[in-house]
Amino acid sequence: MGTMSGKGKYAIDTSPKVHDEVKHTTCYMCACRCGIKVHLQDGRIRYIEGNRDHPVNKGVLCAKGAAGIMNHYSPARLTKPLIRVGERGKGEFREVEWEEALAVIARWLGEVRQSDPRKLAFFTGRDQSQALTGWWAQQFGTPNYAAHGGLCAVNMAAAGFYTIGGSFWEFGEPDWERTRYFMMLGVAEDHHSNPIKIGLGKLKGRPPERDAKFVSVNPVKTGYSAIADEWLGIRPGTDGLFVLALIHELLRADKIDLPFLVRYSNAPWLIVQDPGGATDGLVARDDQGRPLCWDTATNKTASALSPEVKPAMVGQFKLPDGRRVAPVFHLMAARYLDPQYAPEEAEKQTGIPAETIRRIASEMAHAAFDQEIVIETPWVDWAGRRHDRFVGRPVSILAMRGIAAHSNGFHTCRAIHLLQILLGSIDTPGGFRYCAPYPKPVPPRQRPTGRTHEIVPGHAMPGPPLGFPSGPEQLLVEPDGRARRIDKAFSWEAPLAIHGLMHMVIANAWRGDPYPIDTLFLYMANMSWNSSMNTSGTMQMLTDWDGATGNYKIPHIIYSDAYYSEMVAYADVVLPDTTYLERHDCISLLDRPISDADGAADGIRQPVLKPDRDVRPFQDVLLDLGARLGLPGMVDEFGGPKYPGGYPDYIVNHERRPGIGLLAGWRGILGEHQGKGPVNPRQIEKYKQNQCFWRHELADNQKFYKHANRAYLEWATQMGFIDRPEQVVLNIYCEPLQRFRLAAEGHGPLQPPVALRQRVATYCDPLPIWYRPTVDEEIAPTSFPLHAITQRPMAMYHSWGSQNAWLRQIHNANRLFINRRTAQWLNIGDDDWVWVISHHGRIKAQARLMDGVNRNTVWTWNAVGKRAGAWNLAPDAPEVKRGFLLNHLIPELIADRNGGLLPNADPITGQAAWYDLRVRIEKALPEEAGETVPQFDPPNAPPNQAPAPSILRYGAHFRGRPGEDIPPAGPVTEPRS
Amino acid sequence: MHPALSVIIFTSVTGAGYGLLGLMCALAAFGILPGNRLFGLAGFVLSFGAIATGLIASTFHLGHPGRAWRALSQWRSSWLSREAVLSILTFGPSLWLAKGWILDGADPAAAPWRWYGLATAALSLLTVISTAMIYASLKPVPRWRHPLVMPAYLLLGLATGGLWLNVLLHGFGLAIDDLAGAVTVALLLAWLVKIAYWYSIDRAPGRYTAEHATGLWSQGSVRQLEAPHVQDNYLLREMGYQIARRHAGRLRRLALLAGLGGPIVLTIAAALLPRWGAFALSVPAAGLAIAGVLVERWLFFAEAKHVVTLFYGAERA
Amino acid sequence: MTSVPHRTAKKLGLVIDLDICVGCHACAVACKEWNSGGHMAPLTDENPYGADPLGVWFNRVHTYEAGVGGNSRTVHFPRSCLHCEKPACVEVCPTGASYKRAEDGIVLVNEDLCIGCKLCSWACPYGAREYDYDSGTMKKCTLCVDRIYNENLEEAERVPACVSACPVSARHFGDLGDPNSDISELVREREGYDLMPEMGFKPVNKYLPPRPRRNKVGDTGAPAALDSAAPLSATHGAETSSNPLLRWVDRALSR
Ligand SMILES: Nc1nc2c(c(=O)[nH]1)N[C@H]1C(S)=C(S)[C@@H](COP(=O)(O)OP(=O)(O)OC[C@H]3O[C@@H](n4cnc5c(=O)[nH]c(N)nc54)[C@H](O)[C@@H]3O)O[C@H]1N2
Ligand SMILES: Nc1nc2c(c(=O)[nH]1)N[C@H]1C(S)=C(S)[C@@H](COP(=O)(O)OP(=O)(O)OC[C@H]3O[C@@H](n4cnc5c(=O)[nH]c(N)nc54)[C@H](O)[C@@H]3O)O[C@H]1N2
Ligand code: SF4
Ligand code: SF4
Ligand code: SF4
Ligand code: SF4
Ligand code: SF4
Ligand SMILES: [Mo]
Repeated sequence: MGTMSGKGKYAIDTSPKVHDEVKHTTCYMCACRCGIKVHLQDGRIRYIEGNRDHPVNKGVLCAKGAAGIMNHYSPARLTKPLIRVGERGKGEFREVEWEEALAVIARWLGEVRQSDPRKLAFFTGRDQSQALTGWWAQQFGTPNYAAHGGLCAVNMAAAGFYTIGGSFWEFGEPDWERTRYFMMLGVAEDHHSNPIKIGLGKLKGRPPERDAKFVSVNPVKTGYSAIADEWLGIRPGTDGLFVLALIHELLRADKIDLPFLVRYSNAPWLIVQDPGGATDGLVARDDQGRPLCWDTATNKTASALSPEVKPAMVGQFKLPDGRRVAPVFHLMAARYLDPQYAPEEAEKQTGIPAETIRRIASEMAHAAFDQEIVIETPWVDWAGRRHDRFVGRPVSILAMRGIAAHSNGFHTCRAIHLLQILLGSIDTPGGFRYCAPYPKPVPPRQRPTGRTHEIVPGHAMPGPPLGFPSGPEQLLVEPDGRARRIDKAFSWEAPLAIHGLMHMVIANAWRGDPYPIDTLFLYMANMSWNSSMNTSGTMQMLTDWDGATGNYKIPHIIYSDAYYSEMVAYADVVLPDTTYLERHDCISLLDRPISDADGAADGIRQPVLKPDRDVRPFQDVLLDLGARLGLPGMVDEFGGPKYPGGYPDYIVNHERRPGIGLLAGWRGILGEHQGKGPVNPRQIEKYKQNQCFWRHELADNQKFYKHANRAYLEWATQMGFIDRPEQVVLNIYCEPLQRFRLAAEGHGPLQPPVALRQRVATYCDPLPIWYRPTVDEEIAPTSFPLHAITQRPMAMYHSWGSQNAWLRQIHNANRLFINRRTAQWLNIGDDDWVWVISHHGRIKAQARLMDGVNRNTVWTWNAVGKRAGAWNLAPDAPEVKRGFLLNHLIPELIADRNGGLLPNADPITGQAAWYDLRVRIEKALPEEAGETVPQFDPPNAPPNQAPAPSILRYGAHFRGRPGEDIPPAGPVTEPRS
Repeated sequence: MHPALSVIIFTSVTGAGYGLLGLMCALAAFGILPGNRLFGLAGFVLSFGAIATGLIASTFHLGHPGRAWRALSQWRSSWLSREAVLSILTFGPSLWLAKGWILDGADPAAAPWRWYGLATAALSLLTVISTAMIYASLKPVPRWRHPLVMPAYLLLGLATGGLWLNVLLHGFGLAIDDLAGAVTVALLLAWLVKIAYWYSIDRAPGRYTAEHATGLWSQGSVRQLEAPHVQDNYLLREMGYQIARRHAGRLRRLALLAGLGGPIVLTIAAALLPRWGAFALSVPAAGLAIAGVLVERWLFFAEAKHVVTLFYGAERA
Repeated sequence: MTSVPHRTAKKLGLVIDLDICVGCHACAVACKEWNSGGHMAPLTDENPYGADPLGVWFNRVHTYEAGVGGNSRTVHFPRSCLHCEKPACVEVCPTGASYKRAEDGIVLVNEDLCIGCKLCSWACPYGAREYDYDSGTMKKCTLCVDRIYNENLEEAERVPACVSACPVSARHFGDLGDPNSDISELVREREGYDLMPEMGFKPVNKYLPPRPRRNKVGDTGAPAALDSAAPLSATHGAETSSNPLLRWVDRALSR
């Protein structure tokens, strides 16, 4: 009993008990990974709240996070391993014991591994344990591994890693506290959901004397854009030109940070100017491979890495061997000063008035150079020179999928980074800041593995499947140029596909191009629905029959999900996972950590409740399978499982390299080391005692200029983030791209197939370019005058949210939002039903008119539409009848100029070009109103799926009121040692 | 506002019941009605029956009908509570009067019975007034907070009650010449008030707009882009009811026909006919009037706009 | 007797900043979550996985567009009980189930007294009352009365769930009756306003209006456009104008 307040019949208990126990863990209602406190009472979740001590969310919680209870108790949870008995896609399963399911899989995979390990394609979706899954694939011996990055925002990651050694996404962040000018391009929500919101709140709450301007560049004015000081409703796919026009303006006015460029970027490096020659466009290097610059002190070339040189930034010079060279800066400035990048030209494509572009450039320059920030902390640079203070250019930028999800996104993002470099605002106070373990060398040193000699049946691969090629010889291609990976990553079609092309796996496997596979193993990816392009086609491919073999075209499909998603019905074996509150997870610095700009951090998830179903954490299952298959690193010397304690055992005891494991905190027997150090058997306990995370705050002198800050670089080396404490040089000029281009021009031993040469030569430009989205080549834009894009609703996570009784009330049907004037012109009114037609297909949806959207753009919320029968929703749920996906309209393949088929993706990174979609809209007939198209027959429910309750009185129990339907109260766990 | 059947029946039938009760008792107190026991019995049964039916119907609107007695407690501030208290208070003098009239054969025009009669009449009027005030006091529903709402309730209650009284009088062959005339006038007056009300609300498109509701005047015209939840919530189910103008127009004519035209013609015709003929016409007159009022009440709800709908995309309220 | 107290010792309430609310619904769901097990539990959801889900929510977030064309403004607008000083919801309640606490001004419903007549919801212009068809009673925002004084919670957690969840800090909680409180200060500074003051309910909660946009020349102190860089030293003379690159020739830069 708590404390009563009020009188008589109005006396109430203002201090009711709210928990028996509070458990800290990490949220997984999305990939942001906020710290949470789960309040447990009577073995049930009373409530979940944000952890105030956690570096990511500092106590706040988003809508999804607060609705975690309803995902945990979702009636769509899988309850037992399943093996398909009927036709694929029909949802006909029998329940089996784990032993049987694992034995079947071990048999399939065992055979594959002994014959051709590449016939296993292992792709993991919203996976947060890539440090495990990638390693597992490597041990299995297949290069055909990737997570969802390729369909997500690999353009941002690749452009960042090849330019500044860090990236937007969650690998860096704006200096929210200090920035005076913040530009956000193409962000609706981002992975950093809560940090961005916290940051925007801070930024908008500044006192007038330090106020900051927030500009949002986005075709749609909702969410963050709604609170921006200025909204630029750009035409989709044209940001590159907008940014290059800003660069044009800054160069024209000489409002750039030249000293910053000289010190920290490859602007002074000399580039060979030898058109047609084999070294044209490459960096001129000395005999030790060091890049050269032109030293104005000696009027000779000198190592550009030497701290003593006084490099020329413009001019044409001659190398001793007679080749002509020019500094990167010269080439760059010459290119962008060209009138083709003038604001007037940009206006024609972007729809943003030239005047506005000029003003924005002026405002950026004003913030960067007239509002310089100084932090009086002495620091020492990479060359040992002492600086009295950190000087900051308080302009910061954040960009995400509005840039990424276009086929020109890599270059656009490179252009954005170039802009940041020119302003001198990379890792300076008020600018963009790296989050550990970044920055890394440009590009990071890891190469992809999977060349012919690296794949040996029955053996592990010598390195991880994914990496960062820096030239043709590091691609994974056959001598004739064909791709070696099933998704064609690291091939001439997508040389820098550093996250793979998950979106191409099913289509390629179905076509047997480049080769057929035996087993498709998917984890946490709803590939028959919202994460595929051409969804209807994908559903057919998954069930398509091969007459010759009498088997499915993709013979085996193994899938792990926690819920009855659309994908489950297509699996042959279903491995039911736990919910995020029932397992250990690891948020590792080897993967996608939770660091912030001021400190490195990682964390874990711990089981808060015991499963009440026959489910197992997928990571445990993967290690178990590894042991059954005898994979190196997963069996001990006697052939038994090396990690009998499952994933927690692995988290603690696995070492990737000596002293480096999944977690950086409390290493060493006494927990005395961080970063590198011997295994600590009690490490997980330490994490649990520390609210499930570890964070190390950088010293003040390490916090900025990390790319060139000796104290930081030395610490990062100690931690194992980088190999040597060397300066990370920002790459305005991307030499690896020029190497691919040279190959396309006929140089070197490895050259692209003839059909792809022009494409490689065009797109592999070492300086940022802008071009129209590639799909525009296939279609007549006049027939499809509108751009169609999606946005993430803040209160929904992809497809998972729809099973959540609370969240689905917020979004369970979606509309096609159309600009009011455009709609008037098309004679479409609010609530009208319309056909949305692309060159690939047509869907039907209901319209909603609005003002705050670019006139050439229509949009909708992502992944709200559901297939009937999935997620234990009623077959007539609004998600089914009035929800829709744009995915049906987006082809995964597009025809190129030569009639060949190429992925609908960025030609450099293979990033899925979701937002290149062009459509036209036709009003539906009155009798067509009422239901979205397409509709699909519902698959069966899994055996023994409990019916969804028709009324939910969650929480009545805590007030001692009867009549609660859920949950089946799961016991609170005893902590696992 | 959502036209809930329970509330419609409640207001129209209890209105008629109290009209009948009040009229009967007042006329009896003044000796205008004969003190006939059987007549008294029929009158009380009919009026109490109507009142009870209405009150019982109203409890269907309640989430906890069993606790309805609690509604008696807040008479100092709540019109609903006042209505409840008054309706119960009315039973005091009226039951006493009924006992005297029916069981004791007392003369209702004689003291002390006439005082009970007058008290009953006054309480009946007040009850109907408080029923009306439940609605007429609600600022968020401008079409209810209208000066003609209370008079309309009162007059319609009296007129429909009067028609039933007429039925009884014809039935007992006790017709009073002027009553039919008076009831006709009341009916006419009631519907005139109602017509004036309709006229008035049609001319006033609604004082409040989404800009009022959100206070976002300075930003320009305000439109809802997205509702908080896709499906209608309680508020919209309860207050978001909308009726097409065309539809309302038709129903108004129907209400007038049933509530006014029919009863007047029948009442006048009845006055010209002998007892059983008159009785035969007066019943449908009263019945039609109730039907008319039911339609009117339905419209009273359906046409009322709650300002909360402004948050949900309504243009005016 | 529950007629509204003349004065309350405190006027606890919320202040919602429409200038920075991003419409994320975090407050709405956090409210649902806390209160699902709280003072008015449960917040029943009917048909939760079906065609027409209907749930009880104490806080709902609308999205409006105001103004027209490209200059329109998208405004996210959370809406919950305003804990009015003159709450008609309390006045009309026939049972005394609705009441306003004299100690802090919080407007509550005693569910055990409520007959579910729904009149209070008709009387509230702000749509703050939520009828639970299943329990047959009226429910509403409690201002988290079971959190803000709760001794089982850490001090810092004794704020409404919606306030503690809001990631952009668009929600503030405090005593609006105390002119010196931070929250009163904020209301003064940002010219916080009442919703529909013409109703005369005197809401305690205030909304902070969207601030003017800074999207015109001069708003940040920067000029409308950058001037072209000045021509270079005489040594380069005429060449400069034809080749803008030359302006960087003579820079003495060291690494
Ligand atoms: N039109 C359009 N399509 C898009 C996008 C877009 O913007 N527009 N965005 C793309 C992007 S960026 C992405 S990342 C993808 C995302 O698409 P998906 O990766 O398919 O994402 P989800 O819908 O989140 O589905 C992942 C699956 O994980 C399951 N799951 C949830 N929790 C667990 C768990 O704990 N364990 C296991 N084993 N499974 C679990 C869910 O039930 C679901 O089936 O969508 C892409 N598709
Ligand atoms: N609540 C929630 N959070 C999520 C997710 C979720 O599903 N729900 N998903 C997570 C995942 S997997 C990802 S990848 C991230 C993605 O997070 P975001 O990058 O925010 O992803 P989108 O929702 O695709 O938003 C893209 C934005 O770009 C705009 N846009 C589209 N085309 C263009 C263009 O050409 N130029 C410009 N300037 N803008 C454009 C769109 O209008 C939209 O606002 O979010 C993560 N966080
Ligand atoms: S942003 Fe929300 S859903 Fe994602 S981890 Fe954080 S609280 Fe959870
Ligand atoms: S907002 Fe509505 S429910 Fe809340 S106190 Fe005011 S009138 Fe009552
Ligand atoms: S519904 Fe309950 S709280 Fe509301 S007025 Fe009726 S009795 Fe009072
Ligand atoms: S104060 Fe509490 S009950 Fe009221 S809206 Fe906020 S969270 Fe909900
Ligand atoms: S949590 Fe904050 S930002 Fe999000 S909708 Fe609520 S008030 Fe707005
Ligand atoms: Mo993504």
